[in-house]
Amino acid sequence: MDYQTHEHDVLVIGAGGAGLRAAIEASAAGVSVGLVCKSLLGKAHTVMAEGGIAAALANVDDRDNWKVHFADTMRGGQYVNNWRMAELHAKEAPDRVRELEAWGAVFDRTKDGRILQRNFGGHRYPRLAHVGDRTGLELIRTLQDHGIHQGIDVHMECTIIQLLKDGDRVVGAFGYERERGRFKLFKAKAVVLATGGIGRAYKITSNSWEYTGDGHTLAYDAGAELVDMEFVQFHPTGMIWPPSVQGILVTEAVRGEGGVLKNKEGRRFMFDEIPDNYRAQTADNEEEGWRYTQGDKAARRPPELLTRDHVSRCIVREIKAGRGSPHGGVFLDISWIKARVPNGADHIKKKLPSMYHQFKQLADIDITQEPMEVGPTTHYIMGGVRVDADTQMSTVPGLFAAGECAAGINGANRLGGNSLSDIIVFGKRAGEYAAQYAKTQAGANIDTRQADQAARRALEPFERSTSGEGPYQVQYALQDMMQDLVGIVRNENEMQRALVGLAPLRERANRVGVGGHREYNPGWHAALDLHNLLTVSEAITRSALERRESRGGHFRDDYPTKDARFGTINFVVRKGRDGQMEVFSVAIPEMPAELKQVIDEMQ
Amino acid sequence: MATATFRIWRGDAQGGRLQDYATEVSEGMVVLDAVHQIQATSANDLAVRWNCKAGKCGSCSAEVNGSPRLMCMTRLNQLDLSQPVTIEPMRAFPPIRDLVTDVSWNFKAKKSIKRFKPRPPDAADGTWRVAQVDVERVQEFRKCIECFLCQDVCHVLRDHQMFDDFIGPRHLVYAAALEMHPLDTEQRARDLKRAHGVGFCNITKCCTKVCPESITITDNAIIPLKERVIDQLYDPVAKLFRMFRS
Repeated sequence: MDYQTHEHDVLVIGAGGAGLRAAIEASAAGVSVGLVCKSLLGKAHTVMAEGGIAAALANVDDRDNWKVHFADTMRGGQYVNNWRMAELHAKEAPDRVRELEAWGAVFDRTKDGRILQRNFGGHRYPRLAHVGDRTGLELIRTLQDHGIHQGIDVHMECTIIQLLKDGDRVVGAFGYERERGRFKLFKAKAVVLATGGIGRAYKITSNSWEYTGDGHTLAYDAGAELVDMEFVQFHPTGMIWPPSVQGILVTEAVRGEGGVLKNKEGRRFMFDEIPDNYRAQTADNEEEGWRYTQGDKAARRPPELLTRDHVSRCIVREIKAGRGSPHGGVFLDISWIKARVPNGADHIKKKLPSMYHQFKQLADIDITQEPMEVGPTTHYIMGGVRVDADTQMSTVPGLFAAGECAAGINGANRLGGNSLSDIIVFGKRAGEYAAQYAKTQAGANIDTRQADQAARRALEPFERSTSGEGPYQVQYALQDMMQDLVGIVRNENEMQRALVGLAPLRERANRVGVGGHREYNPGWHAALDLHNLLTVSEAITRSALERRESRGGHFRDDYPTKDARFGTINFVVRKGRDGQMEVFSVAIPEMPAELKQVIDEMQ
Repeated sequence: MATATFRIWRGDAQGGRLQDYATEVSEGMVVLDAVHQIQATSANDLAVRWNCKAGKCGSCSAEVNGSPRLMCMTRLNQLDLSQPVTIEPMRAFPPIRDLVTDVSWNFKAKKSIKRFKPRPPDAADGTWRVAQVDVERVQEFRKCIECFLCQDVCHVLRDHQMFDDFIGPRHLVYAAALEMHPLDTEQRARDLKRAHGVGFCNITKCCTKVCPESITITDNAIIPLKERVIDQLYDPVAKLFRMFRS
């Protein structure tokens, strides 16, 4: 087989915030770095993060500190998080945010000129450093503009389809570049996965075509363990109308700025059910909730700012009870704040500029005048590659993971704002430790048979040409099935059906054909992504079947309550010797006394 | 359901032609939806770049009925569907395939701009103090999603292909964001004049008109940069002063 070969000390796969931050750190440590982007540089899904970066800078409320952030993250994750990751994250996020400023990021400011922070769901104090509602763009652009001067080799529009191993160790990767369709072989002493999520396994998602579980699957196929795969986050507010925009994210910042959720009867239904573990922190009347959003330190947060898993379920409850909006969602209203703030319409446009434009342009709705219609959308997966908290190394030597495709920090549910901080905290760590590991490694043997085999498999869809089924039809069928059977509300019966349904889908995926040639051929790319989508779908379904309780993003109507027995374990997925997927539980290590004390203090 | 015809450029660096595709249209659809529908049903290999589908990543730039647009933000109800809708790639850049063009020059051009260099921190903890009013000017420029539509429409690049002499509106906006950054201390005037060719912009404001982020490119970024170049490099008193110093 014919392919280009590249050699780097550290190869980073994925160029969103986590990948860029890892590449910057590794290159600063003096090793050569290659950075593979599935799209063009700077287009990754990080740009879609709107609300902000959670970091206990305490610029707006001086009661905030890492302990509160840690406790909030653990509570949001329903205590099945990797507590060490949650601790490192809470402690290091402020430095990572300040570092962004030193690299040129321009955050909104407080009155005394420091980085401004806003309220967000599940965060006790205003904690999200932000730039209007385009914080993700600011973050990725800052890292991109800093990174391009670091001597990193960037491979744009390149997709990795297999990791290469020498014995137990990962020593490279194999993929193709989109433009000409040529294969590329990367030799590397360490590989960092930073490929993001799996949203395209579902029909309604905020994720773009790229998020097909690539890193999850590459790691799984290389023998690494995945953990917490049952925990998928359905963001409560996606657009639902018109149909073509279904799933596009409506930032939580709308609620942070005072937006309220209402059903068709005009009732603020979020007051109807407040979970016990949040009751003490949640406002019990509308007035108090409003004061909280306006910075009153004595007020408690409105129930719209409860965690995303809970808000999503409440929305589903309203829709199922027939109290939804005309197009099958609920109403999210920010326009009402005009009655409370001077120049209300301008205030809304200033605080939520991209939401204003998004609705105006895509739905003909002026959010300063009328409510939006919203419903849950698949947004994020808490589960991913099982990594060591400090180094981000997976269970396979030489393979690291950071950001959404790694797991642990978020437990059963991620708090808004914790992903942007996660990617810079653990992106940095992954880069640092991958570089350190690479320095200890001598040359490895690249087994070209592994690459040849991957190349042959990748070209099979062309052999079948258009006589095979098209890849999009298989993708749609999978998305429909996962949406219906392994979605927001799950049960044994439906998930068993999904498991059964995966087998014929895999058959169909193995028979898809594509026409045309290898140059920039989206049909071919879609065909190659199917294996990844099927793998993560199976991992999600199998893990979700094992967790016979409801916790965080995982809700089962056959086990609707939390069960303490499941509060001390995580489910791990691994490829068995026979090639079949195995799921087993592992005990969560006991938390050190000082962290327990932090959690007790913050109750 | 209604049907509309989309006349899409198919081809590569060697050449190509417009080809008609009929597809069903429904309420709220954008041009990118139509392209995806055609891709999924009748042309699996139709090449198109896209990511966020929400006007935030700047990947799906193309020329729709001749005007540079993001396909994901162009509603079909803004177009006359009784006629075929023409979709072509950005014409300023070399075609790769179908609607995908080679925009790699932009990444090289950006690298030629001197990076951000902040003044020493204001506070002992390594942080700065900056007022909101002082960041707002720069925040306008930092809204840029790098869709390169401004580059596509700029006649210096599109018609005169002066890619070696002029960095284009996008990168002038980027340079402006650095130059006007309240913390930045780097000098870029000489580069702007020579390597970056700010003088080639003759203020036709085509870039401003097509910016999907509504950045006032010419008035707020390019003209102030031109003024900076003149202030710093053509001020006779300063020139005299420099002569003496050297």
